[in-house]
Amino acid sequence: MKILKLVFKNAFRHKLRSFLTILGIAIAVIAFGVLRTVVTAWYVGVEATSANRLVTRQAVSFIFPLPFTYRDKIQQIPGVSQVTFATWFQGVYIDKNQFFARFACDAETMFDVYPEFLLTKKELETFKREQNSCVVGEDIAKQYKLKIGDVMPIEGDIYPGRWEFVIRGIYKPRDKTTDATQMMFHWNYVNERMKKESPERAGDVGWYIVKIKDPSKAGIISKQIDDLFKNSNAETKTESERAFAQSFLASTSAIITAMNILSFVIIGIILLVLGNTMIMSARERTREYAVMKTIGFSGSHLVGLIMGESLIISIIGGALGLTLTFPLIQGLEKVIPKGFFPVFEIEPITVVLASLAALLIGVLSSLSPIQRALKMKIVEGFRFVG
Amino acid sequence: MPAIIEVKNISKSYTRDSFAIPVLNNITLDIEEGEFFCLMGPSGSGKTTLLNLIAGIDKPTKGNIFIKDTDITMLNESSLAKWRANNIGFVFQFYNLIPVLTAYENVELPLMLTHLSKAEKKQHVEAALNVVGLSDRMFHYPKQLSGGQEQRVAIARAIVTDPLILVADEPTGDLDKNSATEILILLDRLNKEFKKTILMVTHDPHAAEKASKIRHLEKGDLI
Repeated sequence: MKILKLVFKNAFRHKLRSFLTILGIAIAVIAFGVLRTVVTAWYVGVEATSANRLVTRQAVSFIFPLPFTYRDKIQQIPGVSQVTFATWFQGVYIDKNQFFARFACDAETMFDVYPEFLLTKKELETFKREQNSCVVGEDIAKQYKLKIGDVMPIEGDIYPGRWEFVIRGIYKPRDKTTDATQMMFHWNYVNERMKKESPERAGDVGWYIVKIKDPSKAGIISKQIDDLFKNSNAETKTESERAFAQSFLASTSAIITAMNILSFVIIGIILLVLGNTMIMSARERTREYAVMKTIGFSGSHLVGLIMGESLIISIIGGALGLTLTFPLIQGLEKVIPKGFFPVFEIEPITVVLASLAALLIGVLSSLSPIQRALKMKIVEGFRFVG
Repeated sequence: MPAIIEVKNISKSYTRDSFAIPVLNNITLDIEEGEFFCLMGPSGSGKTTLLNLIAGIDKPTKGNIFIKDTDITMLNESSLAKWRANNIGFVFQFYNLIPVLTAYENVELPLMLTHLSKAEKKQHVEAALNVVGLSDRMFHYPKQLSGGQEQRVAIARAIVTDPLILVADEPTGDLDKNSATEILILLDRLNKEFKKTILMVTHDPHAAEKASKIRHLEKGDLI
């Protein structure tokens, strides 16, 4: 008989208690994994940003437009290699629950500035040529079973009326963090209709995306852009694309922080649960530890026995939790609207953190019973009545 | 026969709420090799305390204990644990078997501290279980055995490492008359046939009859 066999036998001496503790750890790991996945999914937009892109928006608020005429002026600033722009369109596709990003863009330059959106040459050429065409991300095409040539009717809200766009391209994401849930169409197409229906809104652009040659000059170029439009009717605020994406998260930062804290609180709770189980187990075995010490087992043997038992329970619980987290996240990904979390999957760091947490729980929860067993005098152990 | 156990001027007192309670008073005692020595006395007389001191699971307040020329009162905890593993076999009143282990595994427990091969361990365990007459119950768990059988497994566990001394604390205290007689016959056999030095503590005169020497303890004094 090896000592490991004794550790296993001890771990499952009270089958129901061990099962419930393992289940508790598994549920905690699942909760931890899901919360961490939501948090990382929230930050995917930030991770997908590029260091050589700046975003110029209205200084007062993102919701106010900028004049189309700014484009050429920004283009003249030294260090700027290309300028594109976009306008938030929103609208309703099928019904209000079908959320994904829909915006009007400059078809000529958009895909040059965003090389991570992969379109075939033919698709790009067709998209550029046809004013009423649109491009959708691969995930959206899959979700709504769309193909090239299909018409996507959008009921406008910010831009009222019925809009119809013909799909001429389905882009693929270059990177894991690239959002493949967007729909883009011609700003010109929207603008021409605005000229007729709401002339005061014609020529408005939502924001500019400025591609720069040297990311280290982002600060200087941002200042130059903003200085250019100082004291105008539409002052600008230019920042790195990363800062721009982070500003979107600022309003939800309290929720994200709460989720982050909660994920670790769960680990703390389960630490107490397993700690309690281990203390109970070790207390019940006080006489056995006294017998083992009497026979000649050393302190290190008892450390191995108690910590081993705790680790077995925590590792099985952790492994079970992680195993169940993957299908659960996949299920959640199907349920959550595509546009809400463009990338919703378990990051390797989440797996590492959950595994480490399970191991740490196993070690920490055994410390108190170990200390008690080591300090216990043999004669006191024999007098113990559990 | 030379003395295998020499207890010299041993005193032991416990402290309870800052009061020192004397348990053993200046005990001196020699036990010869191969002896079946019985310590008798009423509850609270200090007999178990003296047994614990000789077995190296407790430390005296004063005095020395020599076991085959080793002063065990001078050993630290870790050395004492190794010494116990090599020299002492224990039999407890309440058997103290590990409930999740079979009779075979319980007997094998002390051998986990040795470097014997698996085959050698098997040979030792089977021999020990054979001596106590439980070869047919080696894969039974303690809850599947009677009290007498459990105590016989405990004796097999005590002798499996072939220790110098076998200490038994009220080995028949939790058994019915027949089982108690069986255990006493077994201990007697171990003493006579296998030449084991046995130190037994009991308050049962019937149990003490098997011993070759009997001493009485009364309120911490050897009389």
